[in-house]
Amino acid sequence: MIVIWLITVLFVGGLLAWLSGAIHKHLPRLIAVAALIVDVALLLTLLPDLNTGAASAQWLVLEKWQWIPRFGIHLQFGIDGLSLLMLFLTLFLGVIACGSAWSEIDERSGFFYFNLLWTLAGVIGVFTALDLFLFFFFWEVMLIPMYLIIAIWGHENRAYAAMKFFLFTQISGLLLLVAIICLAWFHSVQMGWFSFDYFELQAVILDGNLEMLVMLGFFIAFATKLPVFPLHSWLPDAHSQAPTAGSVLLAGVLLKTGAYGLIRFAVPLFPEAALTFAPVAMTIAVIGILYCAKLAFAQNDIKRLIAYTSVSHMGFVLLGIYAWNLLGLQGAVMTMLAHGLSAAALFMLAGGLQHRLHTRDMEQMGGLWAQLPKMSAMALFFSIAALGMPGLGNFIGEFLVLLGAFQENRLLTVLAALGLVLASVYSLWVIQKVFHGTGHSASQGAGGIASGKVSDLSMGELLCYSAMVIGLVWMGMYPQSFLDLSQPALDALLGGVVP
Amino acid sequence: MTWEQISLLLPIILVSAAAVLTMLMIAVKRSHAMSCLMTALGLALALVSLFAVAPVLQQQVTPLLLIDAFNGFFTALILLTAIFITLFSYPYMSNLEQPQEFYLLISLATLGALVMAGSNHFVSAFLGIEILSVSLYGMIAYPLHRPVAAQYPLEASIKYLVLSAVSTGFILFGLALLYAQTGTLSFSSITALAADAATGPGSAYFGVASVLILAGFAFKLSLVPFHLWTPDVYEGSPLPATAFLATIGKAAMVALLVRFLLLTDIAGTETAVTVIAVLAAASILAGNLLALLQSNLKRLLAYSSVAHMGYLLIALIGMDASADAIGQEAILFYLSAYVLTTMGAFGVMMLVSDSGHERDHLNHYQGLFWRSPWLATVFTAMLLSLAGIPLTVGFIGKFYIVVAIVENGLWWLLAALVTGSGIGLYYYLRVIYRMLMPLTDTMDLPEVSLRDFVPHALLFALLLGVIILGVAPGILIDHLAEVAQSMN
Repeated sequence: MIVIWLITVLFVGGLLAWLSGAIHKHLPRLIAVAALIVDVALLLTLLPDLNTGAASAQWLVLEKWQWIPRFGIHLQFGIDGLSLLMLFLTLFLGVIACGSAWSEIDERSGFFYFNLLWTLAGVIGVFTALDLFLFFFFWEVMLIPMYLIIAIWGHENRAYAAMKFFLFTQISGLLLLVAIICLAWFHSVQMGWFSFDYFELQAVILDGNLEMLVMLGFFIAFATKLPVFPLHSWLPDAHSQAPTAGSVLLAGVLLKTGAYGLIRFAVPLFPEAALTFAPVAMTIAVIGILYCAKLAFAQNDIKRLIAYTSVSHMGFVLLGIYAWNLLGLQGAVMTMLAHGLSAAALFMLAGGLQHRLHTRDMEQMGGLWAQLPKMSAMALFFSIAALGMPGLGNFIGEFLVLLGAFQENRLLTVLAALGLVLASVYSLWVIQKVFHGTGHSASQGAGGIASGKVSDLSMGELLCYSAMVIGLVWMGMYPQSFLDLSQPALDALLGGVVP
Repeated sequence: MTWEQISLLLPIILVSAAAVLTMLMIAVKRSHAMSCLMTALGLALALVSLFAVAPVLQQQVTPLLLIDAFNGFFTALILLTAIFITLFSYPYMSNLEQPQEFYLLISLATLGALVMAGSNHFVSAFLGIEILSVSLYGMIAYPLHRPVAAQYPLEASIKYLVLSAVSTGFILFGLALLYAQTGTLSFSSITALAADAATGPGSAYFGVASVLILAGFAFKLSLVPFHLWTPDVYEGSPLPATAFLATIGKAAMVALLVRFLLLTDIAGTETAVTVIAVLAAASILAGNLLALLQSNLKRLLAYSSVAHMGYLLIALIGMDASADAIGQEAILFYLSAYVLTTMGAFGVMMLVSDSGHERDHLNHYQGLFWRSPWLATVFTAMLLSLAGIPLTVGFIGKFYIVVAIVENGLWWLLAALVTGSGIGLYYYLRVIYRMLMPLTDTMDLPEVSLRDFVPHALLFALLLGVIILGVAPGILIDHLAEVAQSMN
């Protein structure tokens, strides 16, 4: 029942937050944080199982109930090490997102926290569903609230960005739906009954071309979400226009659902096709890494810049997944976790800057270190984490990915490694441009740094950033604690594919 | 005719009685509330009587009507929708001087729809179509004597009258040819004769007849390329009439078409499949494309209904008499979802408007979220359901359609569906975004209040229906599976 509870708490919490907005405008955020903490507590109850020797088993939780018997659809949930890590990331960033919205969202705060919690509920469903219909259900449920967050609380060009985000993900989602239904139908042809059960569908045998087509349906949907190079154009718009909390959720959590889908479904369900497709996927991963790093360098809008770096880092995830060996997958998972934290933090910093300076244009910033020492220090830390400094989580992830990919394709790995160089360039360039040098118009003019109106980080913000710093250092210094957790799950996934 | 058979006709009889009684009552004393109540009561009684006769369903009553589970389902759907429209009409019509006869027309039109849903003979089908259409002419032109009312009721009514008459002419001519060839007008006996007719001498007659009849049906369902009247008539009519046209008008026609295709076995022939598939694809693409740039919500919903009928038509291809055919179920489910959702969307519009002020422009809905969160939430849910987003019944409907397509291997229709749905998202979302935009003071904003308890309760019921059937569709699916079984 635990998964049902996780999701119900967020759904109900969201409704309560909405209703409570009428009573007092600060009540919703308290309810939201409370609901998230209840969820974390629920998840923590799973940890003892982990230590009592169950660690070798793949599934910590497996639940199954009838839902729509006509099509053999079940409410089927499962949590393994991989899901568990993703769930912790989701809830952690959920709390961080509440923190980043704490003072930013004043208008209609009840409805905002409603959307926030419902997005998270959808994400939790995605990370735990083992029935493909159910998975798709949650895949779509998380979109509408996210659309509303961008469309209502976003910045100047929000209508365009929100629409683009929605259309990209929704249309690729339609392909996913079609692919899922095809798979279920072939199951009914071969076995005699409809099934959307993850385990039963693995038994479906498709011939080459068909398998490739159905696999592509899955791949396109997940790749759009990840996002992968030719399908990434929604992301810079969505990120730059979303409010800070929205960017945090998008970069930290929603992108990870795409990677999770690839690891959990797109490859294990279609081993043959995935194997054939792997070189293509790895190639576009490398193109994505290099091309988007280059694009990042060309941006003036700080949020767009971070958005492009996200796409670039997600290229590593894709590379690790399609290397399809333990090192590569471990690397992909570590990158997902570390990027979740570092990108969320960077978006918070960008949001913080925008809140203080009323601009995202880096041309108008400069020399902020003197006025905002704490914020600048945090920015330096997270930029360095993002560029892959050894000792922090991102390094472990990308290093493992490269190790894994090296066994499969040397040329592509060498090219991908160049991405690390580019990452250093743009990260340090941002620091140089925003925090060093001499001040520009916005920071000295009406924005009012000179007049002393701009304040440095508040206690609350400091708390959020510190939590993320600790997380990244932990990942960098003692990655084994995460690798141990995900290994049984990844072993099991690999076992199904490699003969 | 036995008493049992008469009892099977109870819904039809009760609706007719309600119409007569309402008319008499209007002659004695004009009272808006009473005539509305009387009509709603008559429709409700008919609905209740349906449950009474449910155990003895499945009988041919006279050569004209086949009363079975399939008919029962459609009767329930039509009556329920009619009750909703009747009750929604009350606040909408309340500032007209003589709104009473409108309810009379509602009962009569419902009667026509019921006859259509029950017929398995061309005579009763034609009778039903005409009762429905003639009542609709009146409903569409109803607020004519109010200068500030819906902008073009007369234009809409005449347009509907002329084009409807033309399509009826098509059907009649087709019937004549069919009769000349086979000597019968009963759906089920056409089958046997048609087999010879299709190959024997004069087989050209049969082909032409089928084309003419299909064209007539396609007009009533507003399928591309017979859709041209739809947006104008939707826009010009008062909202209750538009809602009637969009829900019951379509449902009754679908019932008739399904009956016709199933009983005559035409659905299985290759020509019919091709024709239907082309109509479906054209409707999906053209409907969605034309809806893209509409700023009038009625026109937008008109084009979207064209597209939805296209989706529905896909399931029609999947229909056959085999035991586990998904087609019938898909049609029934999709239609229920469509009617429920469309009713909800028009319900919101009716509450925002009244017969003096038709609020059908996108501008009227700007900032509705902040002015009336309740109505905006319902409207959003309905639009999302039309777009087929999970948590709503529309999603399950779309799921059914995709299953039907995959089962029949109609891959190019799948491409049309994906493209169409993708385009559809844009214009539904555009409306939602409008409702989210901040308010501006200068606009003429409709008063939205909770003055009328009943319509708001109805909206709540519709919202609940859309969400419950979206989350737990099993309730409806089980029932529909039984109905679909009984059709074979």
